[in-house]
Amino acid sequence: MMATNAERGLVLPGATESRERDNEVKISVDHLSKQFDVKGRSVTALDDINITIDKGQFFMIVGPSGCGKTTLLRILAGLEKPSSGSFSIKEPDGSRPENSMVFQGDSIFPWMTVWDNAAYGLTMRNAPKSEIKDTVGHYLDKTGLTAFADAYPHQLSGGMRQRVSIARAFSNDPDVLFMDEPFSALDEQNKTLLHEELLKIWDETRKTVLFITHSVDEAVTLGDRIMIMTSQPGRVKAFVDVPFERPRDVLELRQRPEYGEVVYDIWQQLKQEVNTSAEIAKERAAAKVR
Amino acid sequence: MTQTLSPDVKIADPALNGPKKKKTKKGPSERALAVGTPLFLLLVWELLVHAGAIDARFFPAPSAIFIRMADLMSSGVLWMHIWASLQRLFFGFWLGLVPALLLGVMMGLSRPIRAALQPLISGTYPIPKSALLPLILLIFGLGEMSKVVMVAIGVFYPVVLNTVTGVAQVSPIYYDVAKNYGANKWKVFRTVAIPGAMPSIMTGIELGAGLGLILIAIAEMMGAQEGLGFMIWNAWQLFSVETMYVGIFIIAVIGYALALLLAEVGRLLMPWNRRS
Ligand SMILES: Nc1ncnc2c1ncn2[C@@H]1O[C@H](COP(=O)(O)OP(=O)(O)OP(=O)(O)O)[C@@H](O)[C@H]1O
Ligand SMILES: [Mg+2]
Repeated sequence: MMATNAERGLVLPGATESRERDNEVKISVDHLSKQFDVKGRSVTALDDINITIDKGQFFMIVGPSGCGKTTLLRILAGLEKPSSGSFSIKEPDGSRPENSMVFQGDSIFPWMTVWDNAAYGLTMRNAPKSEIKDTVGHYLDKTGLTAFADAYPHQLSGGMRQRVSIARAFSNDPDVLFMDEPFSALDEQNKTLLHEELLKIWDETRKTVLFITHSVDEAVTLGDRIMIMTSQPGRVKAFVDVPFERPRDVLELRQRPEYGEVVYDIWQQLKQEVNTSAEIAKERAAAKVR
Repeated sequence: MTQTLSPDVKIADPALNGPKKKKTKKGPSERALAVGTPLFLLLVWELLVHAGAIDARFFPAPSAIFIRMADLMSSGVLWMHIWASLQRLFFGFWLGLVPALLLGVMMGLSRPIRAALQPLISGTYPIPKSALLPLILLIFGLGEMSKVVMVAIGVFYPVVLNTVTGVAQVSPIYYDVAKNYGANKWKVFRTVAIPGAMPSIMTGIELGAGLGLILIAIAEMMGAQEGLGFMIWNAWQLFSVETMYVGIFIIAVIGYALALLLAEVGRLLMPWNRRS
């Protein structure tokens, strides 16, 4: 039996979001666009992005390489300015930091030990020593890095470095978590374990999470809502609401037939985009040869 | 459930277990060669002098040089000269280093400051520092200050230039991280700019110390009454060739010791550095 899009919670971008909202809005992005100047030529990375993200939502972003996912996160994190449009993020309750980013690729400081890297955010805002010790110790344990607390990054594998970056973000206990392909360098087992861990932490804290991934499986396993983006220029192609309840059991979830259907659906949409993206790349390469 | 996530814990570096061992361990034969070659050459030199094959007026036998060195030491003269030079080196080193570091980091972090100062510094860098000596003597007089300033000039240039390059080369992602995690200006400076540029800064300091040593010897040859440069110059005037060799040898030893010291300081300051 094939479920209709509506039954699965698929909402096309044209359609207004008619979902019932019992939650307050945490992040809203309004007609946001971003152009980069590349050698005098203007490249549109993001084109008219509109998003509403609820407080405590686990929001996934998928899309082909180069569609502007990282750029969107960087803008929301205040590391980059939008060319036009606007966004707003509600102030955090209490004194916790607004957001922390797990950056794409290597971003931990080579000159600090694993411990000092993970403690960076807390140290920067002068948290009490005992708090730093407890929190950092906790997340290094969760990420399996306790034995490497005194090691320097060059002594770690790529996947271990990525986990340091995750521990750094979690230890900072931010209001909103931005995660830019945080598990891309991990093997399947570690990835699954970290998925479970991340879901557990999220269940405890109910932070708002924006999570970029190339893996449809990851998106469906973790997310409440998935935004599919088009290849260049990056636009919103569709939102998909993930219909699975919380808390989730990662392995059990993947057994379900509905899981396969949601994944299949997203793949169908992405396939077109990946193809277009490949064509654009080919055209560009051809243009360069000429 | 307090399960840890990495069943595949692998020790990526043996240095993680147990105390640190010197990684740059030279084989016994390499060490023997390093020590043996100069000793062998000294021996050949000695024999050639005794055989009359080379002119002992210009190339006195190593044994004669060492006897002179022992004399100069026991009379205390040599120590006085060494002490005078080391003191000037020390003060000149800091006088050059501190402004160079401050300026270098500021230039590395701020484009306008870099734009304003880089041409000035790059433009004056190629001037042979020894050519400045008469001017420095004129400005600072014949006293200690002129020598200290000469050393400072020697230290300043390599350090400032290497610091600028080092700071500018730190990958922008680290500044993004610092900003995202709420580091203020001073903390960005302390946790990103300085450690990120440290390898380059240390290279600058090593070069600067070498240049400082060259310049102190030159400066002491003009208008000084003590110091190794003066000792060598004075020995030339008295045609006391052995003393000249003693001076040259001591300067070489100081240079070598300085390089070892700075390498050790580098290891202490940069425990993360693969090179060490
Ligand atoms: N600083 C920059 N200057 C110029 N162009 C940029 C810059 N940053 C990103 N771009 C361009 O913007 C587009 C989107 O880049 P972005 O890094 O956001 O992609 P992405 O979706 O994160 O890709 P990936 O999945 O490969 O990480 C790309 O075409 C890229 O070349
Ligand atoms: Mg990206």
